Amino acid sequence: MQRYSGFALAKHALSHHENWERQWRNPTPKKAYDVIIVGGGGHGLATAYYLAKEFGVKNVAVIEKGWLGGGNTARNTTIVRSNYLWDEAAALYEHSMKLWEGLSQDLNYNVMFSQRGVLNLGHTLQDMRDIQRRVNANRLNGVDGEVLDAKGVQEIVPILDCSKNARYPVLGASWQPRGGVARHDAVAWGFARGADAHGVDILQQTEVTGFKIRDGRIYGVHTNRGDIEAKTVGCVTAGNSGVMAKMAGIKLPLESHPLQALVSEPLKPVLDTVVMSNHVHGYISQSDKGDLVIGAGIDGYNGYGQRGSYTTVEHTLQAIVEMFPIFSRVRMNRQWGGIVDTCPDACPILSKTNVKGLYFNCGWGTGGFKATPGSGHAFAASLAKGEMHPLAAPFSIDRFHSGALIDEHGAAGVAH
Amino acid sequence: MFHIYCPYCEEWREEEEFHAKGQAHIQRPLDPESCSDEEWGDYLFFRDNPRGIHHELWVHAVGCRKFFNITRNTQSYEILETYKMGEQPRFTAECPNGESRDGAASADLDSQTASVQEARA
Ligand SMILES: Cc1cc2nc3c(=O)[nH]c(=O)nc-3n(C[C@H](O)[C@H](O)[C@H](O)COP(=O)(O)OP(=O)(O)OC[C@H]3O[C@@H](n4cnc5c(N)ncnc54)[C@H](O)[C@@H]3O)c2cc1C
Ligand SMILES: [Zn+2]
Repeated sequence: MQRYSGFALAKHALSHHENWERQWRNPTPKKAYDVIIVGGGGHGLATAYYLAKEFGVKNVAVIEKGWLGGGNTARNTTIVRSNYLWDEAAALYEHSMKLWEGLSQDLNYNVMFSQRGVLNLGHTLQDMRDIQRRVNANRLNGVDGEVLDAKGVQEIVPILDCSKNARYPVLGASWQPRGGVARHDAVAWGFARGADAHGVDILQQTEVTGFKIRDGRIYGVHTNRGDIEAKTVGCVTAGNSGVMAKMAGIKLPLESHPLQALVSEPLKPVLDTVVMSNHVHGYISQSDKGDLVIGAGIDGYNGYGQRGSYTTVEHTLQAIVEMFPIFSRVRMNRQWGGIVDTCPDACPILSKTNVKGLYFNCGWGTGGFKATPGSGHAFAASLAKGEMHPLAAPFSIDRFHSGALIDEHGAAGVAH
Repeated sequence: MFHIYCPYCEEWREEEEFHAKGQAHIQRPLDPESCSDEEWGDYLFFRDNPRGIHHELWVHAVGCRKFFNITRNTQSYEILETYKMGEQPRFTAECPNGESRDGAASADLDSQTASVQEARA
C-alpha cells in the first residue's frame, strides 16, 4: 500500500497527481475463502480489516451488492458519542470511541474525526433526571460527561434559544466533550483501503442471493456471480438483515424503517458542536463544508424506500426551528433516507445463530455509525475465535428469549 | 403522504391522523402460564419484516381512535386494502392479486376494501 504523507503529496505533485495507486483492487471472486463478510458498509469493512490485520485471517472476502458505503454508512448524520446508559452498551461504544481517537493514524487515512462535543438537551424535569442518571452512570464507567444547566448550554451554543419563553424551554443538557463527528465516506474508504492492503478481496456489485446450508452448518453463499465457499460467514447488512435472515431460515426481532437526513445550503461557521434533542426530536451539526446536517426520526411504519416521508421532515424542521429560530430561513438542499433495522430494546445484535458458522451483526437501528470501529473489532475477534468477544456477548439473539434485554431507548437519541 | 381509508369512519383521511402500530394479527399465547420462554419471546419481540406485502395494525389516532388493519407493500408503499379488526385480509404474499382465502377471486370488493393507490411522491 502506498502511504499517504506530506512527502508523498509533494512527490506526486511533480507528476500532476496522475500516478496515485488505486485505493483497493477489484478482484475476481475466488472459489473459497476462510471468512466471508456479507455487506460492504462500514461495519463489514471494519470487520474484514481487523480480521486481517489483528487476527491474522488473511483469506477474507467482503461481498457488497452495490458500492462501498452506499448503505447507511454514507447516509447518516455522522454523530459519534459513547454516553449510553447501560454498562454493556457503554463498554461497546466506548471501545469504539477509543478506536476512533486513533483511527486516522491507524488507517493512514484522514477520516476527519472531529471531537467537537455532543449536547443532549433536556426540556422537562424528567429529561433532566434522566440526563443526571445517565451522566453518573457514564462517569462510573469511565466515559466522560457533564450535566449542564441552561446557562452552561447557552455558553457553548450562543445561537440556541435558551430563553424561558420557548415552547419547550431548554433546562439543561448532558455534554460529552469527546463526542463529535467523522466523515462517513472516508470511514468506508479508509477501512476498505486498509483491508485490501492486508489481502482482503472486496467484491463490489456482487449480491448474496442465498446461503448454502447443510446439516445445520453453513458452507458458502450463492451470489449473482456464482457460488462462493466459506465455513464462516458474517452477515452485516444493516436494513436488509431481516431479508437475509429469512434466506437462512432464521428469524430476527427486527423491523426495517426509513430514517432520513437533510442538508442545507452551505453557511459560514455558526455551530461548532453537535446538538441533539430527544424531546422536540431533531439533531443538528454543521459540516466542515458549511452545510447544516439535520437528522429526523424514523417513519412510524416498516419500509424499504430510501426516502422517508414528508411528515417526518416537517416535524424535524419544526424541532430545529424551535431550537434555532435563526435557521428559519435557511434553505434545505437535499434530503435522503436510509433503511435502519430497529431492535425492540434499541441495542444491536452481534450473535451466533442456529446455523453453525453463520453470524449476524445487525440491529444497530438509528445509531450504529459511531460504533463502526468497535463493532468491527469485536465482531472480527468473535469470527476469528468462534466465540463471541466479551464486549459482544451480551448482544446475543438469546436475550430476546432469556429476557436479559439492554433497554437503551433513553440513550438511543432517536425515538423508535 | 398516504391517503388512508378508515373502515370505521368510512372516509379517506391524511396520514397525519393515523399512527402505525406494527404487525397485525399477532396472537397472544392463549395460556401464558404454560408457554415456554421461546414462545413468549417470539410473541413479544419477533416480527415479520418482509420486503413486500405486510399486514399492519394502525389506529385512527385523531379521528375515531379505533384500531384497524392495513395490507401494504413495504417496497412500493402501495396500500392494498384496509379492513376492520377481526376481518381477514384479501391480499396476502401468497395471493398478491387479492384472491380471498378460499382461493376464489374476489370480484365483490366493496368500497371498504377497495385498493388505495396513493403512491408517495
Ligand atoms: C439518516 C440516518 C442518520 C443516521 N445518523 C447516525 C448518527 O448520527 N450516528 C450514528 O452513530 N448512526 C447513525 N445512523 C445509523 C448508522 O448509519 C448505521 O447504524 C450504520 O451505518 C450501519 O452500518 P452498516 O455497515 O452495518 O450498514 P450499511 O452501511 O447499510 O451496510 C450494509 C451493506 O450491506 C449491503 N447489502 C445488503 N444486502 C446485501 C446482499 N444481499 N448482498 C450483498 N450486500 C448486501 C448493502 O448494500 C450495504 O452496503 C444513521 C442512519 C441513517 C439512515
Ligand atoms: Zn376513523
